[in-house]
Amino acid sequence: MTKNTTMIREFSEAPPRVNEWRRFRRVFFQRKLVIFGLVILTLLVIAAIFAPWLTPYDPYIGDLGESLAQPSWTHLLGTDIQGRDTLCRLIYGARTALIVGFVTTITAAIAGIVLGLVAGYFGAIINMIIMRAMDALMGFPMLLLALLLAAVLGSGIQNVIIALAVATLPGYARVMHGLTLSVQENDYILAERAMGSDKWRIMLNHILPNTLPPIIVLVTLQLGSVILAEAGLSFLGIGIRPPGAAWGSMVYDGYRFLLSNPVLSFAPGLAIMLVVFAFNMVGDGLRDALDPRLRGVI
Amino acid sequence: MTSYIIRRLIQGIIVLIIMTLIVFFAMRLLPGDPLTIFIGQQASSGSLSGAQLESLRHEYGLDKPVMMQYFDWFGGIFRGDLGTSIYYHEDVGKLLGERFPITLHLGLVAFIIANVFGILLGLFAGIRRGTWIDSVSTTLANIGITIPVFWLGALLIYVFGLKLHWLPIYGYTSPFEDFWLNTKQIIMPVICLAITGMAYTARQMRSAMLEVIRQDYIRTAWSKGLPERTIIIKHALKNSLIPVITLMGIGLGMVFGGAVIVETVFAIPGVGRLLVTSVFAQDYVVVQSGTLLIAAIVISCNLIVDISYGWLDPRIRYG
Repeated sequence: MTKNTTMIREFSEAPPRVNEWRRFRRVFFQRKLVIFGLVILTLLVIAAIFAPWLTPYDPYIGDLGESLAQPSWTHLLGTDIQGRDTLCRLIYGARTALIVGFVTTITAAIAGIVLGLVAGYFGAIINMIIMRAMDALMGFPMLLLALLLAAVLGSGIQNVIIALAVATLPGYARVMHGLTLSVQENDYILAERAMGSDKWRIMLNHILPNTLPPIIVLVTLQLGSVILAEAGLSFLGIGIRPPGAAWGSMVYDGYRFLLSNPVLSFAPGLAIMLVVFAFNMVGDGLRDALDPRLRGVI
Repeated sequence: MTSYIIRRLIQGIIVLIIMTLIVFFAMRLLPGDPLTIFIGQQASSGSLSGAQLESLRHEYGLDKPVMMQYFDWFGGIFRGDLGTSIYYHEDVGKLLGERFPITLHLGLVAFIIANVFGILLGLFAGIRRGTWIDSVSTTLANIGITIPVFWLGALLIYVFGLKLHWLPIYGYTSPFEDFWLNTKQIIMPVICLAITGMAYTARQMRSAMLEVIRQDYIRTAWSKGLPERTIIIKHALKNSLIPVITLMGIGLGMVFGGAVIVETVFAIPGVGRLLVTSVFAQDYVVVQSGTLLIAAIVISCNLIVDISYGWLDPRIRYG
C-alpha cells in the first residue's frame, strides 16, 4: 500500500527543473554562519601556506631576553617562556592542525569507505568480521583509543595521523555499510548484476557515486573533530615534538603562566575553537545543501 | 524479545573479546621494554644484573610466549586477578578499584547534568523555535560542541580559581570525608565533562522535538483542547526522546574519554589519569585492564540503550 502511494506521488510530482548546482549554491551560501566558516577556513589555509612570510619571528627559537613579554605592538599576543612570539607560533600551529586534519580524514575516509562497501556488498561472513571489528574499535572512547595507539606508535606527526585515522575509521565504515545496503537495493544495481557486470565495477562505478553526498558531509564534520582530538592528544603530551608548534601543547605550556600571562593559553584555545566551529558550520551547510534529509542522521 | 536480548548479549561479548585482543597486542607492539623503563635507575647504576632482570621478567610472566600471556591475563579476569602493575608494584584490581569510584562519581554527575540540561535546552528550543530561548540554546550547543575541554578547564581555573578564588583549582577529596569541599572541587571538572554531551543532546533533542510536534497525533491533542503542558510532557516528550537515548550510550563513552583529559587538567586521581600515566610508563598490565573496564561499561550501556527502544517505541520490532 505504502509503495503504491509513493509511486503515485512520484508520478504526480514531476521533479521541478532546477539546475542542481544553482540550488546547491543558493542553499549553501544563504546562511551567514556558513560564510563566516568559509572566511575562517580561507584565513586558516592562507596562514598555513604563507606562514614564513606572514611573521617576522622564528617559531622555534626565541629571544630569551623577551621571555614572557606581555602583548604589545612588537609581539601582538606576547611571548612564551622561551621568548617565542605567540602569534607566530599560532600561525605555524595552523599548519599542524590542517595537515593532521586533512591527511587523517582522507586516510580514514578511504579506508572506512572500502571496508564499509566490501562488508555491505559481500555480506555474510565478510560483513560479520569487518563490522564486528569496527564495533570493537568503536567501543573505545575515541580519545582513549588514539592515546593508546599514539603511545604504541611513538610521537611524531605521522604517528598521530595513523592513530587518529584508526580511531575515526569505524564511523565511516558504519555509515558506508548502511548506505551500501540501501543503495544496492535499487533496480539499477539489479540490472547491472543481471548484465553480469564485474563486482568491483558495480561497487566502484555504481554504488560508490550514489553514496557520496552523505560521505562528503561526514568528512567535513569529521575534520573539526579530528582537529579537536589532535589538540587533545598534543595537550596530553603526545604527538608533535617540543619545538614544533601545536595548538594543544601551547595551551598546556601556557597553564603554568595562567595568572601572569593568560593569553598564552587563551589564544591557542580560541584558535582551535574557531577552526572547529568553522568546519562544523561548513559541514552543516553542505549537509543542508546536498541532502536535507540527512539532518539528524549525520 | 528474549532471543533478541540473548543475541545482542552474545554479540556484545564477541566485541569485547575482539577489544581485549586489540588492546593486548597493541600494547605488546610498544617499542621498549617496560621492565627496563621501570628499573631504569637501578639498571643504569649497575645494581641489577642480567640474571636479576631475567628473574623479574619471569616474575611478571614476560618470558612466556605472547599467546600464553594473553590467555593468562584473559583467564585472570574471570578469577578477579588482573595481574600486578609493573610501574606501581600494586595489584591492578586494587589500583583500579581505588580510582574507579572517583571517575564514576564525576562521570555520573556529569552524565546526569548533561542529559537533564541538554534535554531541557533542546525541548524549549524546539517548542519555542525562533525565539530568544532557541537562539541561546543553539549558541550554547554550538559552543559546547566546538570548545576544547582542556581549554574550558583553563578558562574556568583562571576565572573561578585564580581571579575570584571561589573554587579550588585541583584535587579530589572523598565526599564522605568532606562533602562541602568535595562539591566545590568537582564543580569545574563536572562542567568540563558535561559540556560536550550536553551540547549534542540539546541539538538532537531540538531536532527530534521539531519533528515530533509536526505529527498528526500532536495536532489531534491540540484540537482535543489539551493544555500545552500535557501535550508536551505526555505526547511529545516521550516520542522525541528515542533519538536522544541513542545518543546517551555514545555520551557515556564521551564522559569516560573526556575523563582522560579532565582528570589531567584538574589533577584528579581517577582511572583516566591512571591510564595516561600508565601509557607513558608503558605499564601493559594497567593499560589493558583499565581500557577493558571502560570498554565493558560503554558496551553494556549501548546494549541497555538498544533494549530500551522497545519499551519507548512499541512500533520497533526485534527481528
